[in-house]
Amino acid sequence: MRPRYFARKVGWALLTLWFILTANFFLFRVMPGDPVALLARSQRLSAAALEHQRQVFGLDQPLFAQYLTYLRQTLSGNLGVSIISGDDVWSMISARFWPTVLLVGLGTALAALIGVLAGIRSGWQRGGAFDRGGLYSSLILYATPEGWLGMILLIVFAGSLGWFPAGGYSSDASAGPGDVALHLALPVLTLTLGYVGQFMIVMRSSMIDVKGEDYLVLARAKGLSDKAVRRHHAVPNAFLPSFTLIVLSFGFVLGGAIVVETVYSWPGLGLLTYQAIKDQDYPVLQAVFLLSSLAVIIANLIADITYGFLDPRVEAV
Amino acid sequence: MTTAPAPGTRAVVWARRRDSLARSWTTFRHSRQAMVGLAILVIAVLVAVLSPLLVSPEAIDPATAPGTPNQPPSAGFPLGTDGFGRSVLSLIIVGTRVSLLVGLAATIGAVVVGATVGVVAGYYGGTRIDTVLSALTDWFLVIPWLVLAIVLAAILGPTLLNVIVVIAITSWALTARIVRAQTLSVREQLYVERARALGAGDLSIMTRHILPNVFAVVFAQAVLTVAVAILSETTLAILGLGDPTATSWGRVIEEAFNAGAMANGYWWWIVPPGVCVVLVTLAFTMCGYAIEEILNPRLRRKEKG
Repeated sequence: MRPRYFARKVGWALLTLWFILTANFFLFRVMPGDPVALLARSQRLSAAALEHQRQVFGLDQPLFAQYLTYLRQTLSGNLGVSIISGDDVWSMISARFWPTVLLVGLGTALAALIGVLAGIRSGWQRGGAFDRGGLYSSLILYATPEGWLGMILLIVFAGSLGWFPAGGYSSDASAGPGDVALHLALPVLTLTLGYVGQFMIVMRSSMIDVKGEDYLVLARAKGLSDKAVRRHHAVPNAFLPSFTLIVLSFGFVLGGAIVVETVYSWPGLGLLTYQAIKDQDYPVLQAVFLLSSLAVIIANLIADITYGFLDPRVEAV
Repeated sequence: MTTAPAPGTRAVVWARRRDSLARSWTTFRHSRQAMVGLAILVIAVLVAVLSPLLVSPEAIDPATAPGTPNQPPSAGFPLGTDGFGRSVLSLIIVGTRVSLLVGLAATIGAVVVGATVGVVAGYYGGTRIDTVLSALTDWFLVIPWLVLAIVLAAILGPTLLNVIVVIAITSWALTARIVRAQTLSVREQLYVERARALGAGDLSIMTRHILPNVFAVVFAQAVLTVAVAILSETTLAILGLGDPTATSWGRVIEEAFNAGAMANGYWWWIVPPGVCVVLVTLAFTMCGYAIEEILNPRLRRKEKG
């Protein structure tokens, strides 16, 4: 990999990060009520704690000084305190981090696996029964709001059939992994159904693109079976766009989590976000926005860099 | 539709545009998907327009609700009643108007911004203006739109106009990128060079030569954006960020969710609004794909892939 390509991508990521930080600062300064007044709304914060926050974030200083303080504090991991509970936002977020990674990671991985496999078959036999069925299902799933899908699955599988628990992380604090898995099943299913369509469509269309390539004609002319042509010549060449999509969608972990975690009361970052919306807990929302943007920036960087390895042609661009 | 509208040729231009439109319509009509989508949309628009005649304001006012709360479907209430005793069917009818209105208004905003940014960036392709606008577009394409929408909606406050603005802000970027690419190829056409040689300014070339030639792409993208906008409105409403005074489909789902309709098995309250969202989103998507296929024959299924 050329160092210049690498440096340009890292530079772009840093620039985006700065842009996000700046947007984050000013967005939350234009809202009604200044930060001092907002903090004072908290009933949990003592006068001394309030004064401490005011000093740390320099809230009585001019706007530009506040901006610099904000950048310094954020980069050193100080995200302020919750307006509602007075807790440190950083520790609130780290407590909710892993449940979300578990839920959305699993949902995304399953959706990618099923979607890519279905897309290969669909694109290879374009226009066949499988292709048409898959395409229509993808369209319908795309048009379905994930939150509503979650509610319907809940009514059917947790309510009427009673196969799964209705929500939460586990039945009680001492529950084992099996119990957590049971609680995971429906939210993971919701996410998988919500995401599978995009993976299928992307893989399908790149399979269709490579189908007309000369090297497939050559592979066939060599007398390879249809299966061998597909597996060793078509799929490896068609996989790149799907690979990028998979890496990128791990950056959207938080965005996907909000609605599904709300419906299933799954104690992750999404539910934290929902509670923060309801309580108008701006410091928490600000941190959530920052964190989710950071995830996307990192996912993009990883996608760009691995893409440079997998397809050296892009470095020249 | 590739001729410049000089005064003498205006009639010819419009005749060509009519021809091209007629040809497109014939193709559109032969796509079963597109016609099913169009039929759904016609019904939805009719319901939305007629909704003030079909449902009186008292019927959806919680204080003057006509029925008993939480009743399953019956002859009097074909889709049952909600937690206040309002007919779910009435809520759905009113919701059609609100959801379509938000979807269309947000789309107009998104498409106007997206097309403007795309045409300007493409026209000045390769210059610093293009670099800045493209970076902005890329940024809006990669940020997690739902989180941004939530932050904006939480800051701006829950009114119908704010919901529209938030959705427009988070959905213009794809249009901008597509229009920019199209503009890059249009501006290399001979007639653009001819117009410039005749002394046309940048603004005039952009509005009179480039815009008409990217308009079809913008239209296809707009139809697809409505689908995204209606889905976005539903998600925001489910999270409690919608206008509490406007009954959209998403708002009905949110009320049912908060009233514990799932735990109590009130399926008639939750299923219909979601089905409406799915149907209308699907309809816009199918029409949008059909229009894209007409514009870009490479996508057509009949051709060998």
